[in-house]
Amino acid sequence: MWALFIRELRLASRVGGGALTGLLFYLAVVTVIPFGVGPDLKLLARIGPAVLWIGALLAGLLGLERLFQQDREDGSLVVLLTGQYPLALVVLVKCLAHWLATGLPLVIATPVFGLFMNMSADGIGAVVATLLVGTPAITFIGAVGAAVTVTLARGGLLIAILILPLIIPVLIFGVTAAYGAVEDPAPFLPPFLILCAITLFFSVLGPLAAAFAISQSAE
Amino acid sequence: MKLVMENLAVDRGERRIFSGVNVTVQAGTALVVTGPNGAGKSTLLKTIAGFLRPTDGIIRLEGAQEETSLREHCHYLAHDNALKPSLSVRENLSFWQSYLGAGPASIDGIEAALERIGLLHTIDLPAGFLSAGQKRRIAIARLLVSRRTIWLVDEPTAALDAASEKGFAAMALEHVDSGGILVAATHQELGLKNAMRLDMAAHAGGVSDKAAL
Repeated sequence: MWALFIRELRLASRVGGGALTGLLFYLAVVTVIPFGVGPDLKLLARIGPAVLWIGALLAGLLGLERLFQQDREDGSLVVLLTGQYPLALVVLVKCLAHWLATGLPLVIATPVFGLFMNMSADGIGAVVATLLVGTPAITFIGAVGAAVTVTLARGGLLIAILILPLIIPVLIFGVTAAYGAVEDPAPFLPPFLILCAITLFFSVLGPLAAAFAISQSAE
Repeated sequence: MKLVMENLAVDRGERRIFSGVNVTVQAGTALVVTGPNGAGKSTLLKTIAGFLRPTDGIIRLEGAQEETSLREHCHYLAHDNALKPSLSVRENLSFWQSYLGAGPASIDGIEAALERIGLLHTIDLPAGFLSAGQKRRIAIARLLVSRRTIWLVDEPTAALDAASEKGFAAMALEHVDSGGILVAATHQELGLKNAMRLDMAAHAGGVSDKAAL
């Protein structure tokens, strides 16, 4: 299993691996917002958490189709099926490596992007914390979409549409918790814990559902 | 150990691909599956590997350890080579070796396997740099770095030159002689002595239960 994890990370970091695509997209979203909204620093600080979350979420959706598509195209997916490990575990490992290669860079870049939005240190910290626990859920949910559309060429957009309803709660609780840290009456901890719960829930359900979808399409 | 197929039938959609396949392949035997395009050769291999569920009949491996599934004893080499172009040949093979399990005893190292197929000099090149025939030979080397009893190979010698074709036939023979099972879907003569033959054309069609409904 460790070998699979290392391989996935290597593939993501090599030329054409797409580890940076999401990050560049995130950068693009966050940098154009101030130009569109105008130089109202108070307004930017107020919408900051939401913009960062939406940017990270869309960037997270971008690379999802690579999760299984390429393995299917070059025939690796069926050979992976002949391993001695349960398929759900294979999916889980692939998700973790995918998150480490594409999700974690988004979290790490967030403090810099937060400065673009004139956010306070507390606000930036809250967004980083919520993204850290929230973005894995995007990968786990996305794995289901990627598995369902694995037989379709260029199913990327379809994945986004399929999983969007399940991603919305992640966005709502992520942004609510981030606002809770900076605005006084709103609480931080309850929405943050619900976000953690969503991630944990989908870390189990996502790989199982994706494994089922893949085994149905393996022909 | 023996691979037993009893009265096997497979449907894809509403079409019956083949039916009534009864074969027992003993350890140390090769089964060459022949037939025209679309006769169900690849489908049979996929069914043995467990990617497709048979509509009727059963496949089982007798004499294997109890809690292992048939799939874990199979090497599956289809038309695609399962190589990552951006990884080096060594990275590709060492991944499959550790993922599929090196298997019991006297396993060839990656260098030895590459030497065997005559591509040791490519070990540090990205697999994407190799020609179609070389990629195919690397894919064949995967069968050597991880020891498994059953080789399911689909047109293994496509894209290979005459010398490599002979090389593969020798490898297949060695595998069979050491007690392995080879199931090969092929148009070319692999030059396997004492191989059993299964002509899929004789089992084509039949009536699909689903179509009847």
